[in-house]
Amino acid sequence: MNRKLVAAFAIAGAAALVMSGCASTPSTTADSGPVTITYTNFISDGANVGNLAKIVTAFEKANPKITVKVKTIPYASYGTALQTDLAAGTASDVFDIDGASNYQSLVANQQLAELKGVNGSVYSQALLKTYQTSGKQFGLPTSFSDVVLFYNKALFDAAGVSYPTSSWTWTDEQAAALKITNKAKGIYGDHQPVTYNEYYKTLVQNGASFLSADGKKAAFNTPAGLAAAQWLVGKSGTTMPTIAQGQGTANFDSNLFAKGKLGMLHTGIWVFGNFAKTPASWDIAVEPGMTQSASAVFSNAIGVYAQSKHIAAAQKWAVYMSSSNEEVNVRLDTGWELPTIADTAKLNTYLSKGAPANRQAVFDAAKQIAPAPNLGANSSAIQDAMTAQLIEAQAGRETVQQALSNAETKINALLAG
Amino acid sequence: MTAQTALVDKAPQFAHARPVRDTASGARRLKYLLVVLAFLLPSAIPLVLFVLGPMIAAAWVSLNQWNLLAPMKFVGIDNYVKLLRDPQTGAVFLHTVYYIAGYLPLVYVGGLLLALALNSALKGRSLLRGVYFLPVITSWIVVALVWRWLLSPSNGIVNTVLAWSGIHGPGWWTDPSWSMPSIILASAWKDLGFVMVILLAGLQAIPTDLYDAAKVDGANAWKRFFSVTLPLLSPSTFFVIVISLVNGFQVFDQIYAMTGGGPNGSSESVVAEIYDLTFRYGRAGDASALSWMLFIVILAVTLIQIRGQKRWVTYG
Repeated sequence: MNRKLVAAFAIAGAAALVMSGCASTPSTTADSGPVTITYTNFISDGANVGNLAKIVTAFEKANPKITVKVKTIPYASYGTALQTDLAAGTASDVFDIDGASNYQSLVANQQLAELKGVNGSVYSQALLKTYQTSGKQFGLPTSFSDVVLFYNKALFDAAGVSYPTSSWTWTDEQAAALKITNKAKGIYGDHQPVTYNEYYKTLVQNGASFLSADGKKAAFNTPAGLAAAQWLVGKSGTTMPTIAQGQGTANFDSNLFAKGKLGMLHTGIWVFGNFAKTPASWDIAVEPGMTQSASAVFSNAIGVYAQSKHIAAAQKWAVYMSSSNEEVNVRLDTGWELPTIADTAKLNTYLSKGAPANRQAVFDAAKQIAPAPNLGANSSAIQDAMTAQLIEAQAGRETVQQALSNAETKINALLAG
Repeated sequence: MTAQTALVDKAPQFAHARPVRDTASGARRLKYLLVVLAFLLPSAIPLVLFVLGPMIAAAWVSLNQWNLLAPMKFVGIDNYVKLLRDPQTGAVFLHTVYYIAGYLPLVYVGGLLLALALNSALKGRSLLRGVYFLPVITSWIVVALVWRWLLSPSNGIVNTVLAWSGIHGPGWWTDPSWSMPSIILASAWKDLGFVMVILLAGLQAIPTDLYDAAKVDGANAWKRFFSVTLPLLSPSTFFVIVISLVNGFQVFDQIYAMTGGGPNGSSESVVAEIYDLTFRYGRAGDASALSWMLFIVILAVTLIQIRGQKRWVTYG
């Protein structure tokens, strides 16, 4: 009996050890020996995985004792993945920060390590300050991008329409889109996502705004706001495919454009790489506004995890990934968004680095910005509510006016907390 | 049918496990208890680590406000009160019940028909049994993508075939009135094989002499089905209903992959809402409270079923 008992406990004990084994790996704190740091990113997902690999290789060559292990996550699931890792205390040493509002939340929840002794003078000062909190640097801007109007020259030529210019308004865009659309051939004139992100921008383009001046109430349910929503929603079924035809599914718009079946496409310059092998000749222009021009501008940043065991090595990589010559050159050469450097002479070389020809539009768009509204703690819920109501109008289940009124009620409740 | 007997015959089985002599000395009983414990450990450890632990943790989280990153803030039962007052809570429970109401009859009748067909001397039935079971072991993401494509409103196969017969197909997962039926259809298709296997085993356990006796008594095929097959299949039916209800209340994967809860929240189930609250809206406290509310509902429904089975489940 006793022997059996001992054996039974031994087996159970062994099982318990195996199960909990992975929880207690010893960690080194000194960075003198070879170090492996982890970097989780979304910025390279899609067309830029190879470009990131080039930067990593160069970094490892310059820092032979540091190895960077890269994990790439699609943008759509990045937020969830990061949040889960942070909650579990298993985030990578270095990770991407998706814009200013996410940065604010990460700092507020003490997830970022302070980056000390960074030479800030090489960065664009406005972008650098975006990632500072009470004078301390907690993130470094890696890239800068904006949304422009992509257009297919061949389709414009075939329809006998002149190319978009920076003085275009919605009226010009719609006229051209109608001429280009040929549903029998599966050709559409225009594509713009029917989402909150597009809506807050079109509001500014029409002289309206998403929130009231004090930021406490929705302000889009006005004649100008209605016109902006109608502009966005009205494309569907006339110059843009409907939801039933697949509009709104992942990569639908960029695939249609790459196939040469789309006249105009509203999207960010981060898709340049996707169209590198597109046979049709294409170019870009500043997005048309109505009463004024206004473009959406985004920046991404990189941060070091507050609980990282290798903060020094991690910071080295964060600095390299945001301002090294290698990083800047890869970005400029491949049109992988824009580097965040202060050196305008170097930045200007971007203008002559190949397709699209009118790269000046990328800089011009950044001159008149539609600022993203500050939506507070319920930001995601507010954005979801707005998008859902716009889609109801797009699908014709509600009038645009009904959709705006419903969204206004919901969003005011969410803003009130 | 071990699972089914386990649900029903608990008392007699545990009676065997009792030591033979109750008057055994204390030391002996302790030793015996330790041996039992040791053998239970391999399954008890994962159960405690991955089921009981998280459940207790969720109960604690449900009494707090927590965005996953900042420290928790104790709020008592506020989360429960808030959820009970929120019309969204009622909506997601209603969607879930809608799902079960559509899914359960479809998967049971479908599975029963398949089981009856494959229980007869059909040519190639072993192969067919395997084929129908294939979707059960396929990942939901794959199945959801295939069904999204089949049910694509403008160029999906289903609407194309419907158009041949002059029917204008619905918008399926792009239409709020059809999003739940789309999910029900895909789910029933996927789980058909599972129900078939359970019912098939039940059918094969019915002694053939009962059918012979019924024949001698002059019962026709219908009569034999309703008076012999269905009553003797009731333990399997009971098992299928219990399992399907428990799974149905937790419907998530197919919704996440097929509709994301949309359009306009029309297919948002309770678990989909738990996911959104936690990972999209940073409301882990509310999500944990909703999880516990769901647990209580499932527990109540299952208890009612176990009580109610006496009235209709016959054990041969």
